[in-house]
Amino acid sequence: MRYIPHTQQDVAAMLSAIGKPDVASLFSHIPETLRTKRPLDIAALDEAALLRHVSEIAGHSRPAMESLSFLGAGLTPHHIATAVDAQLARAEWYTSYTPYQPEISQGTLQAIFEFQTIVAELFGLDVANASMYDGASAAAEAVLMARRVTGKHRALLTPGLHPQYVETIETYLSGQRDHAAEEKKIEASGRVSLEQVKKDLDAHDDVACVVVQTPNYVGVVEDLAPIAKLAHQHGALLVAVTTEPLAFGVIVPPGSVGADICVGEGIGLATPPSLGGPGVGLFAAKQDLVRQMPGRLVGETVDKHGRRGYVLTLATREQHIRRDKATSNICTNQGLIALAFTIHMCLLGKRGLQELARINLAKSEYAKAQLERLRGFSLAYSGPTFNEFALRIRGGKPALVVEKLAARGIFVGVADGENLLIAVTERHTKADIDRLLEELDGACP
Amino acid sequence: MIETRQLIHPERPIFEHGAEGRSGASLPELDVPAIDAQKHFGKLARVTLAALPEVSEVEVTRHFTRLSRWNYAIDLGLYPLGSCTMKYNPKVNERVARMPGFAGVHPQQPESTLQGALEIMWRLERVLCELGGFRRVALQPAAGAQGELCGVMMIAAHHQSQGRAPSKVLIPDSAHGTNPASCTLSSYTTVPLKTGETGIVSVDTVAQACAENPGDIAAIMMTNPSTLGLFETDLGKIAEVVHAAGGLVYMDGANFNALLGKVRPAETGVDVMHINLHKTFTTPHGGGGPGAGVVGVGATLEPYLPTPTVEKEGDRYFLDYRRAKSIGRLRSFFGNFGMFVRAYTYMRELGGPGLTLATEMAVLNANYIRARLKDVYSLAYEAPSMHEVVFTDRKLKRETSVQTLDVAKRLMDYGYHPPTIYFPLPAVTGGAGALMIEPTETETKETLDDFCDALRAIADEAKRDAEMVKQAPHQTALGRLDETRAARQPILRWRAK
Repeated sequence: MRYIPHTQQDVAAMLSAIGKPDVASLFSHIPETLRTKRPLDIAALDEAALLRHVSEIAGHSRPAMESLSFLGAGLTPHHIATAVDAQLARAEWYTSYTPYQPEISQGTLQAIFEFQTIVAELFGLDVANASMYDGASAAAEAVLMARRVTGKHRALLTPGLHPQYVETIETYLSGQRDHAAEEKKIEASGRVSLEQVKKDLDAHDDVACVVVQTPNYVGVVEDLAPIAKLAHQHGALLVAVTTEPLAFGVIVPPGSVGADICVGEGIGLATPPSLGGPGVGLFAAKQDLVRQMPGRLVGETVDKHGRRGYVLTLATREQHIRRDKATSNICTNQGLIALAFTIHMCLLGKRGLQELARINLAKSEYAKAQLERLRGFSLAYSGPTFNEFALRIRGGKPALVVEKLAARGIFVGVADGENLLIAVTERHTKADIDRLLEELDGACP
Repeated sequence: MIETRQLIHPERPIFEHGAEGRSGASLPELDVPAIDAQKHFGKLARVTLAALPEVSEVEVTRHFTRLSRWNYAIDLGLYPLGSCTMKYNPKVNERVARMPGFAGVHPQQPESTLQGALEIMWRLERVLCELGGFRRVALQPAAGAQGELCGVMMIAAHHQSQGRAPSKVLIPDSAHGTNPASCTLSSYTTVPLKTGETGIVSVDTVAQACAENPGDIAAIMMTNPSTLGLFETDLGKIAEVVHAAGGLVYMDGANFNALLGKVRPAETGVDVMHINLHKTFTTPHGGGGPGAGVVGVGATLEPYLPTPTVEKEGDRYFLDYRRAKSIGRLRSFFGNFGMFVRAYTYMRELGGPGLTLATEMAVLNANYIRARLKDVYSLAYEAPSMHEVVFTDRKLKRETSVQTLDVAKRLMDYGYHPPTIYFPLPAVTGGAGALMIEPTETETKETLDDFCDALRAIADEAKRDAEMVKQAPHQTALGRLDETRAARQPILRWRAK
């Protein structure tokens, strides 16, 4: 066994040092009744056979990344520069662990410090943590944090929130006493109804937060400022959520229009989609809320010689110190994917991020304009979008069209009831978009 | 003393590199009409750009390559963090996870085009069932702590379906902090159980706690082997007592590496257990994640699994959302799929005999370290060790002014990552600072000998030159860091001066 180095001589010498006759005797204190009677029935494979076995299984999927694909709806894949994976493949990054010992973990610590800075900048907020599992659980943790901050318990979930985020928040809240989540139908603009938010806030005096996604699940960019104002007037926080952080290359960041907490999913800007995981949950907040934040935080300090360095800090919020009184149970985060996100954002840089966002906007607007010219196709909502939009199609059965075109080797989008959600990015050329139009036109009765 | 030296570059934050107008991006030419974002979004347009660095790809690559060299890593040497199972991460896993058929699949693809990805999940679940004796395994939880939350929520759902609402969970004082924190998230109150004189949780302690809280015990959360590296020999009887009191048994599987092929937890009365794929099954720790905290269950909790599950009908795999009593969803999509691929690859390479051997050699390695060091460092408990051994600084502190933290820091000068320190908590180790050492099966006898020699040398140095040990590390690029300052005046992001 190539990963287990023990020779017979090693085992004999070690047993002799321990004072045991054989390996079995190391387990003899386990009561007979607790030991299993049946050996493990798992066949072993050598490396070549193993690669044949898993390659064959891999071949049973048809990866979107190798097809013409307009899939988004919570995960919009972007082109990730080769230099990102070149770093992820470095053993110093992927075979290290949580930087418990700062003197020999400065690489990870400084990279997280840079990640925190980038996420805070992107969202227009003061501080960000070292990452959460994913966007959905980050949203759930944001709701729990808002409950701690305000002492109130209701979460107002607005209709543009990704359905899986709603489900995740509800799962997390189901364990809490006095929980209540509200959700309403979407407006014709595709946006949150301010009137409805006001009505809900007036109707309940126990709202901890209003949760708004932007761009929302149907791609529409929300106007957060008036919602923030309403929420604050009622003593509630505004939690902004995004599944497409690239949008903040061209749209105003939530933090500068009143969001108290902003969370998101960064996988699309970090790694290939990998069936949606592992991704990276982004989590940022205003400075005065930092002590209620979940997750790890890295802070700058100095070593005993006065040299700049980084450590895990404010740990008194965390489970290993506070146990049942901790702000969250989170321990392991998504370090390596956070690193990928950081490297990619550095490569894009200040102007590159904006430029990439502009390209996405232009491609998506081109697709929208062309689709609207086709008979029997219309945009589902009137509000402004970034790189994803909802389309209504003639025949009205997006799910059937999606299946039909998947069989022709093209992933046209995600069917959501009457809507077909289509994400158009820098990965699509004009010719790709024209092909999308042609295929859609041909597939609809 | 380690003799290796090499060039390590000091490296300023990336924000202090670069020049205005420089970029490391490679973007396509626009082949469609440009859109003026300011006009398009009006007041919703971003005016002030995010202050990202302006650096070339060369600068980015050098920056992160230099930073990486400031990290200790498994591929550089022994990483004996107790309860973290820092075993070698096979290279073939990384190759497989990057195959386009795995890395390139999008979670919103139609099922008919995802058959290979679903098949890996289905197969992984079967292998995990075989290892743990479970009926089903939920793959969705992203890490151990989320697995705990998942398990505790299923327990709550079970009680609710029985028309009961017990409010307490029994947790030994040696447990990971995540255990009580996960219970709080489910509105449970935790009842700490004192570790007995021999280091294990005795059935009497549990019986007493059950008797003191009649009808109010939702569950017990046991780590087995415990964080003291000891097998909980009373577990079978404890499970009977807890079940009789109406509660369920949760096993924290952080230390499952000690049990492969020896104990199937579901056969010992365990109703639910999480397994950290990033510990026992070699998925890389990635500087703090991603992990994967899959959760195995027996028949009692099967109805409450998170959705969706992966099912097979004939030759077809599909995602099943029909589970009326499900606790729901814990995150988006299906879990940390990239970790599933790696764990499955590892398990199939080792096979049943290989996995059993891994456990045997992990336990042998820990006991060898114990034998080599027990005269110099104090054993927390005399009971037989499994895959890790917990020493304390009791003897050291009595004879010198050196304590656990100093030993850990000095170990770095000898070229090693320190063990887990001060855990289990001093309350569990008689007030002394713990050194929790888990070597794993992938280390050679020579490495263990060298590591033990280093720890013995440090104990000796403590007597001769305590001050030198207390100032350690001396060979690292940075000396001890001021953690108090970091917490008192938090600087959590870079800002332009």
